[in-house]
Amino acid sequence: MIYTIALAALAAIWFASWKMGQGQARGIIAGGQRMHSLPSHYGAYTAILAVVPAVLALLIWSIFQPLIIDGMIVSSLPPERQALDDLFLNALINDIRNMAAGNPVRDASDPVIIAAAAELSGWQTTANFMLLALLGGLAVIGLFISRGQVVPEMRARNRVERFVMVLLILSSTIAVITTVGIVMSLLYESIEFFRRVPFYEFLFGLHWSPQTALRADQVGGSGSFGAIPIFMGTLLISTIALCIAAPVGLFSAIYMAEFSSPRARSIIKPLLEILAGVPTVVYGFFAALLVAPLLRDGGAQLGIGIDSESALAAGLVMGVMIIPFVSSLSDDVITAVPRSLREGSYGLGATRAETIRLVIVPAALPGIVGALLLAASRAIGETMIVVMAAGLTANLTANPFEAVTTVTVQIVTLLTGDQEFDTAKTLSAFALGLLLFVVTLALNVMALRIVRKYREKYD
Amino acid sequence: MVMADTLPDEKTPRTAIVADGVNVHYGTKQALFDVDLDIKQHQVTALIGPSGCGKSTFLRCINRMNDVIDGCSVEGRILLDGDDIYDRSVDVVQLRARIGMVFQKPNPFPKSIFDNVAYGPRIHGIAEKKADLEEIVHDSLVRAGLWGEVSDRLNEPGTGLSGGQQQRLCIARAIAVRPDVILMDEPCSALDPIATARIEELIDDLRENYTIVIVTHSMQQAARVSQRTAFFHLGNLVEFGSTDAIFTAPKDPRTESYITGRIG
Repeated sequence: MIYTIALAALAAIWFASWKMGQGQARGIIAGGQRMHSLPSHYGAYTAILAVVPAVLALLIWSIFQPLIIDGMIVSSLPPERQALDDLFLNALINDIRNMAAGNPVRDASDPVIIAAAAELSGWQTTANFMLLALLGGLAVIGLFISRGQVVPEMRARNRVERFVMVLLILSSTIAVITTVGIVMSLLYESIEFFRRVPFYEFLFGLHWSPQTALRADQVGGSGSFGAIPIFMGTLLISTIALCIAAPVGLFSAIYMAEFSSPRARSIIKPLLEILAGVPTVVYGFFAALLVAPLLRDGGAQLGIGIDSESALAAGLVMGVMIIPFVSSLSDDVITAVPRSLREGSYGLGATRAETIRLVIVPAALPGIVGALLLAASRAIGETMIVVMAAGLTANLTANPFEAVTTVTVQIVTLLTGDQEFDTAKTLSAFALGLLLFVVTLALNVMALRIVRKYREKYD
Repeated sequence: MVMADTLPDEKTPRTAIVADGVNVHYGTKQALFDVDLDIKQHQVTALIGPSGCGKSTFLRCINRMNDVIDGCSVEGRILLDGDDIYDRSVDVVQLRARIGMVFQKPNPFPKSIFDNVAYGPRIHGIAEKKADLEEIVHDSLVRAGLWGEVSDRLNEPGTGLSGGQQQRLCIARAIAVRPDVILMDEPCSALDPIATARIEELIDDLRENYTIVIVTHSMQQAARVSQRTAFFHLGNLVEFGSTDAIFTAPKDPRTESYITGRIG
């Protein structure tokens, strides 16, 4: 609540100080002097000085205030309560907080809780006033400093632009830091896993059966963590998917870019892109409930045994799912091939087909390969369809009619439900995730490099 | 249209192309009005005029390049050796093999120099054996005056050449199909003066074997390379005759204004 008020106040200060700075600059200009920057730059500069320190203070406050107040509550408790272990102490603090906030509490008659809660609300009120005073003070100091700085020589535009640049840099670092954080946590847990299972067994083992015994006397489940069968499953399904998506996507891209009328293209392209917007879980039950049974029955008619959860069913549906990735990107790169190349070819008496086959596709090939690699990394990372349609048993096979499992499916089954984080079974999910990440990252880097090379190709 | 005096040539050359009442529309906008023009064999005919006057549009009618532009319609007849190229029976692919084209901006394919020149012969099945193909490539590059500069790097990409070399490569590429007519759409507008001079020399050499139609923005270029000049203005063919006559004694006041630099 207090933070909402503080933010609203800061927003009001932002607008007011902007107007103040702007007005001050306008006054100077009206007095006949030339300013270095526009009045709005001085307004922005004033607003930044008044609000940004306050926002930073608010952020720091919001992190430390609860910690400090918790510490104060604990130290105000009777000694025997302070001596409780962490679990009970936290529960107690929660109770006190709830009591202070007026929420129902487990033991509302406990005098210690009642006393502490009263004290807590008192402290919180004080803290809130302190916060508002702090923010107001910072804003006033900022305004005071800026007051003296709105002078003709001050380069407000440059300073404002530098501030915006810092903001942009911060925003871009957030994505980078998140990526780094994800990789680090994957690495950390994977290292834990590799302490229990040697990495050569993981990378080159041919048997995957992550069930480990909980007690020494349990039967079976010694656990073996050979990742080859499940990576083979991923590979098999992704290959089937690409076998569908590559030709269909590429041909529809060629049709859209070279043959269709602009009207038809403006309808077909968004429709194809809708395919990319269908939730994967919808594809999943489409695969599990329609395609897989159809394949099984069709196979029975032909005398081929097809499992009701087959790599083929999952691969086919996944192929349909990634068609728009291939078609849309390929369409873009094909359209980007300069008109002059087409005309050069037509001018030599080439037909449309010859022009496409001999000039346009070769010129666009690096971009098309980039599109295919992006689609492939999408297929490898895809989870929902395979969870629903591919099966769970790790099966080292290249037969698309059999059930296989994939890396993503294994990660899901390893981590869903209540799991203990000290067994190789659960930790293996992180190792799988890391390996998957490395594979898709390599594919993405490859795709980006190829696309970049393509840009240098002509012009 | 005012016809200038007939050429003071020793013997009247054969007519290669006759345009008869050509009208061109882009959608609802008319770009060419009733153009009649005859192009003589083994001569350079220059089409000049201010921007948007329809000279490039007319050039593109001759090899039906306008077919690939949406909403473009061509009326009238264009006869190539007496046959209407807009007749239903004409295969546009074969037509374009007879009428080569060189574009404003050099547009070599992102392939090797050899493959650029061999492109046309390959798709038209002109060369059966590899040796024949190599001979065609060699001859075409020699005729385009490029052989000496690229003979030792035929496998390098054509896009790596300089602008002037790229344009001569495009000319070689057009020659390799063995056309009768070569259309050039401002072939020197993207080139520096030295490269331009080389191309102009080349055009003069090519005249011996090919009928050339060139669109140009530069009146000096028209005066230097062409035997006959057509002046277009606002979609009309204003004046057509021998280059000497057009530049020394224009009949139409608009031609005179353009040549003396008052319009355009």
